Amino acid sequence: MSWEKELIDKANEIIEMYPQKRSALGPLLYLAQEKDGYISNDSIVEISNLVGITEVQVKSVASFYSMYKEEQTGKYLLSVCKSISCEINDSRSVIDSVKNFTGLENYETDTEKVFTFEEVECIGACGGAPAVQVNYETVEGLTSEKSVQMCEWLKEERPEIIVADELQEKFGGVKSFDWAIKDNTGTSYSVPGFQNIGTAKEKSQ
Amino acid sequence: MKETLLLTKHMREFPENSHQIEIYEKNNGYSALKKVLKEGNPENVINEIKDSNIRGRGGAGFPTGVKWGFLAENEDRYLVINGDESEPGTFKDRILLERDPHQLIEGVIITCFASNIKKAFIYIRGEYAKPARRVQDAVQQAYEKGYLGNNILGTNFSLDVVVHLGAGAYICGEETALLNSLEGKRGEPRLKPPYFPAVMGLYNKPTLVNNVETISSVPWIIQNSGKEYSKLGVEGSTGTRIFSLSGHVNNPGNFEIEMGKSFGEFIDTFGKGIKNNKNVKAYIPGGASAPWFTGDQLDIKMTIDDVANAGSMLGSGAIVVMDEDTNLVYAAKSIVSFFAHESCGQCTPCREGTTWLEMILERIASGRGRLSDISLLIDICDNISPGLDWPPKMTTICPLGPSAVSPITSLLNNFSEEITNMLPTKIPITQ
Repeated sequence: MSWEKELIDKANEIIEMYPQKRSALGPLLYLAQEKDGYISNDSIVEISNLVGITEVQVKSVASFYSMYKEEQTGKYLLSVCKSISCEINDSRSVIDSVKNFTGLENYETDTEKVFTFEEVECIGACGGAPAVQVNYETVEGLTSEKSVQMCEWLKEERPEIIVADELQEKFGGVKSFDWAIKDNTGTSYSVPGFQNIGTAKEKSQ
Repeated sequence: MKETLLLTKHMREFPENSHQIEIYEKNNGYSALKKVLKEGNPENVINEIKDSNIRGRGGAGFPTGVKWGFLAENEDRYLVINGDESEPGTFKDRILLERDPHQLIEGVIITCFASNIKKAFIYIRGEYAKPARRVQDAVQQAYEKGYLGNNILGTNFSLDVVVHLGAGAYICGEETALLNSLEGKRGEPRLKPPYFPAVMGLYNKPTLVNNVETISSVPWIIQNSGKEYSKLGVEGSTGTRIFSLSGHVNNPGNFEIEMGKSFGEFIDTFGKGIKNNKNVKAYIPGGASAPWFTGDQLDIKMTIDDVANAGSMLGSGAIVVMDEDTNLVYAAKSIVSFFAHESCGQCTPCREGTTWLEMILERIASGRGRLSDISLLIDICDNISPGLDWPPKMTTICPLGPSAVSPITSLLNNFSEEITNMLPTKIPITQ
């Protein structure tokens, strides 16, 4: 589906921020990802028109970065870290548990489009290893049991907005550092919740 | 051994609201900027930074004042903050972005004033959604208070800041790859020369690229003078540094100390020792790219030069401790997999080499290794980084490929029995 006027306005607002149009390509790809849960061919056409480059150029960039998805993700993108600090703190048991619970292999999405599972490289939560991100919101100090409980909770509650602090309180353990600041902002889909691209949402508590 | 708090002082004093502009202002925030604007002499700022002898905190350790001195004349010049922190083991920029964004923004404004820059970008890795939100909110607050935008605080200095999100590519931490990424291209490092973005950077215009921690240090240096800063730490590694400690320690975290103490003392004091009272088998002194030290080398001093002389690097300041029970083949495999995944694919030795290294380690780890695999590993490493020296020689555009060699040479130099123990004792007939 092509983009509606509102989205195109948003895109043009972002383009305005940069000295050259093409710099907005990354943020625009996030808009596309937020709209469909992946970078659709229609979005590629729209973006190539907006930025003034060819469709192949858009696709070439989109395929380079791991956060732009070629297939539609589930409502919750589960990214389990496997880099060194997590690896030596038994991230493999977390990976196995999450795979087992969801029945998914790496990069797979279930048929109901609830979960997408991926093993990822370092997410900067090494002090709180093993760590996981749900829609790019970080949860630290997980165990295999807690990670399953988290998946069960997500599946049952189906929260609209993922808030790191909430997940951390319910399922997390040791943290990389004291988070200190209370935060109820979060992400509503498999895109980092970030103002420029309009996805940050606040959860009313 | 105690922490010396410069960059993490404000967040410790006001843990719950250190990110708010009112609190930052109350705690002397933006006064360094006011001082600089009142004096109105950009040259002085650059001199203070030069006097401080601060070296870049991103990994390469290049003297910041010298870098600023390189910035070529041009009508359009840019500052790009490298917040693409992705080196495994590192989470120091995350705390600065999350908990003290105004300190960074004040540093950005002062840096731009010093170098007559009117547009700055803060590039934050995409996975740092929460830190990016905090920075974006802080930028907004700074605009509202007149610290950003046109005619800052009534002067004729103007500056715009854009917070830009990466999208999951470690390689974009390499400064020229980051610039390509910011230009809306694939994050592939640029061929050198030109060596310095300060001469030819973003949109081929002179560009300063500095790490989050480096620029966050600027307000303190201006407030207290470069000379005061240079008194902290040791010669060649002045000031404080935030070290990220992780792995098998009782108390992981970020700790800000003056450089110059030993790793052992640091791990004991702040890490509160090793989990379950185990011994250290090996540790990584500066992020996953750095060659490992053994448990017998804990007396090495935490300075850029001491670590370099001992055959590794202080890099991003990420220390990963591995206890006596760690399977180092798995550890090496994890690091090699990381680089194989993150290779941008431009240079054949890296693209193919890291992939093959990963597959061979996988084969060994799964018990299907071959006796010839060890020489094969060395051969591939030698193709990526001829001679296997440190600092590494390169057959590639950037140091990512040679970084994948580090864990393998570390393993083979000091722990070769771990690898040979995993090889089948019976030689398979088909080799």
